[in-house]
Amino acid sequence: MKLFPNLILSGTLLAVALGAPIQPAQADPARDAIIAQLKAQAGVSSFSAARGKKFFHAKHAGGKPETPSCTTCHTNDPRNFGKTRVGKVIDPMAVSRNPQRFTDPKKVAKWFRRNCKTVLGRECTAQEKGDILTYLSSI
Amino acid sequence: MRRHIITTILSLAAAGAMTMQPTQAASKSPGTMFAEECSACHMAFDPGFLPKRSWRAIMGNLSNHFGEDASLDDQTRNAIERYLLSNAADANGRNPYWLRRIPASQIPMRITELPWFTNEHGARARAWAKSNPKIGSISNCQGCHRGAARGVFDDD
Repeated sequence: MKLFPNLILSGTLLAVALGAPIQPAQADPARDAIIAQLKAQAGVSSFSAARGKKFFHAKHAGGKPETPSCTTCHTNDPRNFGKTRVGKVIDPMAVSRNPQRFTDPKKVAKWFRRNCKTVLGRECTAQEKGDILTYLSSI
Repeated sequence: MRRHIITTILSLAAAGAMTMQPTQAASKSPGTMFAEECSACHMAFDPGFLPKRSWRAIMGNLSNHFGEDASLDDQTRNAIERYLLSNAADANGRNPYWLRRIPASQIPMRITELPWFTNEHGARARAWAKSNPKIGSISNCQGCHRGAARGVFDDD
């Protein structure tokens, strides 16, 4: 029976060591680095969450008629789960609901490339990407 | 003794935490890349449903993937294509019944267009799938076959 407290102790230690990151969801060095790189590309010192919000909710022309807006798949509230056009669930875009968002530069580049082409018929600018990421990190 | 055990547990936990770090894309297996990338938008269809020539055509036009931009970086695209080709319906000289009646000159682009598939899923099944909001399309295998993602289709 002497083993029992040790088991509890080891379980607790493992949980602490393997547990979720302690830092708040909003701050992530990988995400900060992605935004910093976009700032350098755009040649600006800051991005605008308000402009990002407007862009996210706007109806755009030039892309596929079935997908005129980010909200077509991601819904009007980025804190919600979205849905792909074939019905697959998309995790929330808002960092507050999904701390993993925008922490993998390759993934961010891939989805901006695809979705900007689908929605706007062109790639997004660094300014637009930075504004969107700033908006989605702020809510 | 007790202190020793705690130290051991701590160091084991630390080692565990280190191996939990996200792995580089380059170290992912092609099968993992296939599963992750293809299932981002739809169920990752089993490569064994289509012949090699179909997967080559599909992977050669990802920027217009049935109307969607599904483009990938070259490294990922190439790895997934190799995975699809080595697991295709006609890989290793196989000739399953779902490839019969398809001339070699023809490149089927959709599993749902194979003669075998349309025999199994007639007009009524298609119309029913389309009209049911929980299914939406005949290409949503999991709408009816709950084990489809694991390759289980014997539940109909």
